[in-house]
Amino acid sequence: MTPLLKMEEYSQKVMDHFMNPRNVGVIEDADGIGEVGNPVCGDIMKMYLKIKDNVITEVKFQTFGCGAAVATSSMATELILGKTLEEALEISNKTVAEALNGLPPIKMHCSNLAEQAIKAAIDDYKKKNE
Amino acid sequence: MKNIYFDHAATTSVKPEVLETMLPFFTEKYGNPSSIYSLGRENKKAIDDAREKVAKALNALPKEIFFTSGGTEADNWALEGIAFANQAKGKHIITTNIEHHAILHTCKFLEKQGFEITYIPVDNQGIVHIEDIAKAIRPDTILISVMFTNNEIGTIQPIKEIGALAKEKGICFHTDAVQAIGNIPIDVKDMNIDMLSLSGHKFYGPKGVGVLYIRDGVRIYPFMNGGAQERGKRASTENVAGIVGLGKAIELATENIEQYNAKLMKLRDRAIKEILEKIPYSRLNGDEKNRLPGNVNISFEFIEGESILLMLDMKGICASSGSACTSGSLDPSHVLLAIGLPHEIAHGSLRLTFGEENTDSDLDYLLETLPPIIEKLRAMSPLYDTFIKNGRI
Repeated sequence: MTPLLKMEEYSQKVMDHFMNPRNVGVIEDADGIGEVGNPVCGDIMKMYLKIKDNVITEVKFQTFGCGAAVATSSMATELILGKTLEEALEISNKTVAEALNGLPPIKMHCSNLAEQAIKAAIDDYKKKNE
Repeated sequence: MKNIYFDHAATTSVKPEVLETMLPFFTEKYGNPSSIYSLGRENKKAIDDAREKVAKALNALPKEIFFTSGGTEADNWALEGIAFANQAKGKHIITTNIEHHAILHTCKFLEKQGFEITYIPVDNQGIVHIEDIAKAIRPDTILISVMFTNNEIGTIQPIKEIGALAKEKGICFHTDAVQAIGNIPIDVKDMNIDMLSLSGHKFYGPKGVGVLYIRDGVRIYPFMNGGAQERGKRASTENVAGIVGLGKAIELATENIEQYNAKLMKLRDRAIKEILEKIPYSRLNGDEKNRLPGNVNISFEFIEGESILLMLDMKGICASSGSACTSGSLDPSHVLLAIGLPHEIAHGSLRLTFGEENTDSDLDYLLETLPPIIEKLRAMSPLYDTFIKNGRI
């Protein structure tokens, strides 16, 4: 088998969010749900939001993927909780990666997924409330 | 913390008795084997002794054994050396779609040089069918290369039959036996093998040293040009310590093969049975019986392999996976795709390869550690959630 991505390449913060992910789960009566990625690539991220007065009051996620995918999902939920929709939309893949003290270069696409999941969930909320 | 190593197909530790034979060659026995004074001549003798040990292990002649820097070099040399030396005869090569990258990427290189490669598919157990090879043979076929045993799923190929077919058709036959040495008795004469690659560090020898066996009479170009080492076919001052270590390691590995296999098979069969029993939505990859004694490869649905490895590592267990995230690309293992696994199931594979120092209590520990890890990852997987709610993904 081809060489495993070395574990040392993950920061302690990534490993912490991977081993103890925050906000895992489902919100049954979510106001917005975003799902991105696909099983073929080995990454799926699903984000559930409760939104009140334009503010994200609750967030949960489910992720199928590698250590970086789980950690970026977890960090993304922490970053958007309590934020307004506008503030949440400003969170980029870079913000998520930096909050985790960086990601190995080949794992940067995982942080794209987190950004896309936030945007997809907010889009879903906006569509439902048009 | 525990440190349990279940990744012997990746590499093994050097046995103490192997290391002991190597050490003098770093210090007092530092002579260049090509030098005429005794400090050099004695090292030439040490290399020849190792060569004899390798020859004996394969039932080859010492002059048919060429030391290389490892299995990858042996594979590169076998393919390129045959291709370039025989291109006047033909430019067609047959191999399989589950070879190691040392073969597959060399084939890609040769394609760019104008050679044509046929990649024979395997069945869903990972076995190559001899009829498929027979059908692919053309008048311009100059080489057939099929791995002895697969490094990921452990399946053992019908090497003797393929060798007989190649012999009948007058085509050179190479096998990458890197994973087979020390696990399967090999007789190159009886199995009609013209060339065979092996690597020291897979059977408790050192890294950085391997062998290409080349049957006497095979027309092949040298891989390295320079001095007259290795009968002019592979120049460069010999890695004396490595070669001596490989010689000792292959001697030990082939001496104890039956006992070693019996031990590994017991661990393997118990691991497969109990993992499949304990963890639902899991499946064995590769053939149940026709596989390497120490190889377990199981896919767990709804989760991804790197996550499993990270969590096992936190518990002190070393293993490997065929997921994309461990391959540095977006695709999971080409071997798992070749046996027909859908991408999402290939991503969730775990390979355990047992060896010398593993015990039943190591396996007990794995069997109590693994199920909660799989459960934890499934609990956060949207695929599992959908499956539980709808009965399908």
